[in-house]
Amino acid sequence: MQATQELGLSAKDLSVYYGSKQAVRDISLDFEKKQVTALIGPSGCGKSTFLRSLNRMNDLISGARVTGEIWIEEDNILDPKVDVVLLRQKIGMVWQRPNPFHKSIYENIAFGPRYHGIKNKKQLDEIVESSLRKAALWEETKDRLHQSALALSGGQQQRLCIARSIAVKPQIILMDEPASALDPVSTAKIEELITELKQDYCIIIVTHNMQQAARVSDKTAFFYMGDLIEHDHTQKLFTNPSQQQTDDYISGRFG
Amino acid sequence: MSAKTANRVATIVIISVAVFIVALLAGLLGFILVRGIGHISFDFLTSAPQTIKAGGGIGPQLFNSLFLLVLTLIITVPLGVGAGIYMSEYAKPGRFTDFIRLIVEVLSSFPSIVVGLFGLLVIVNLFGLGFSLFSGALALTVFNLPLMVRITEQAIRGVPREQKEASLALGLSRWKTITSVMMPIALPTIITGTILASGRVFGEAAALLFTAGMTSPRLDFSNWNPLSPTSPLNPFRPAETLAVHIWKINSEGLAPDAAQIAAGASAVLVIVVLLFNFTARWFGRYMYKKLTASK
Repeated sequence: MQATQELGLSAKDLSVYYGSKQAVRDISLDFEKKQVTALIGPSGCGKSTFLRSLNRMNDLISGARVTGEIWIEEDNILDPKVDVVLLRQKIGMVWQRPNPFHKSIYENIAFGPRYHGIKNKKQLDEIVESSLRKAALWEETKDRLHQSALALSGGQQQRLCIARSIAVKPQIILMDEPASALDPVSTAKIEELITELKQDYCIIIVTHNMQQAARVSDKTAFFYMGDLIEHDHTQKLFTNPSQQQTDDYISGRFG
Repeated sequence: MSAKTANRVATIVIISVAVFIVALLAGLLGFILVRGIGHISFDFLTSAPQTIKAGGGIGPQLFNSLFLLVLTLIITVPLGVGAGIYMSEYAKPGRFTDFIRLIVEVLSSFPSIVVGLFGLLVIVNLFGLGFSLFSGALALTVFNLPLMVRITEQAIRGVPREQKEASLALGLSRWKTITSVMMPIALPTIITGTILASGRVFGEAAALLFTAGMTSPRLDFSNWNPLSPTSPLNPFRPAETLAVHIWKINSEGLAPDAAQIAAGASAVLVIVVLLFNFTARWFGRYMYKKLTASK
């Protein structure tokens, strides 16, 4: 049915170790373009660790070791020869707690593109505007672009972080519980935004909130104790899971 | 004793300790200021000291102290910030890094008289730099550099990890992340720490006795050629600093008003250090606002 879908990113036999402890065990998962994949599972199941290895953020953690393959187009991300700096430009990331730079709203967005070579002021202005528009933040911020981003509300900050990541034109956006620190109204806005953004990007989202996974995602992967238990279309996984463990988890019997 | 009583007793003890410390500090400051402030005048701050007559000032010493401080910072800030960045961001955790850290700690707790004598043997004699501002600055570097390294390292470690990750995730290099994202956040702490560390430099005497020397040549404040021996800007001339001067006139001052001069000079020293502290805090906040566009 999905045979014509293009792959955005594909993990093969991915394992992550923290010291001698294996946090993620031989996971193979394909993520399609223009789709939202939700990663669900109880705390400590390895879903965030898995997500963080997709743009090699785990490199920053001493003692973390990743094996396997992660393919974007022709490149294996885990190949030591791959330029990790270039790679990360292709993969945007949004964190659980909004983490705008301690800079102005404008600078938060322009910072990335400018570093990647766009010096023209007019071009930067356009990028800032279009990124903010895509993140549904333009109307609220257009009159105060040069004020500190830290003065925005939590929900606005999180949308700014999304705008910041799309400003460098990634293909994939990783989201690590992007709405769990926000109030319900802001959460609704972020979810709406995710649905908008999937027209252009491959989105992978970690969430603790199963209703959220059901609302925003096309496919869902259920993680448990470092293993991938089930990966299927969201509707199928939530209504008719093929694994007993998945059924137990989504019906609230544990986790 | 019931939990409530224990709580009350603990509260009283802690408050009395705090009151004691504040009273001690206030008393000390008040004593120095009250004794010395009457002696401070424009003339006192600008004129040269007298050897045996009354009415000498501390002009050259005050200038020497400030100039020595500037020289020391020129040496220690780039080295200290660089090493601090290395320690926090590049050094791999392990024995070697721990060893460097230990050495840095040991260096900063050296007795200053030992550093002074080391300076005399190595910097003054062996390197042939003589008693000079530059020798003094190098000796002070021994104390100041470890502080700078530690201040920078802690300031950079204090930057939230998400800030660093956000920058790296945008595809920025590690260096750009450090300079453009982490440094602006760390800078107020670094600046505050630097100026606080300068306070120690300003008050240091023992390490300077044998390095910067205990005399000042007759300075000509209209001569701004740094190579001329009578120019105040010449870094290779001997220079008695304010703290050294206080020590000297207290121990071997011949002027009839030596005691008042010492008291006045001490008050000046304390006031300058206080000014340093307040400026440090104000400047740190100012820089943070400027760099981060926050109001």
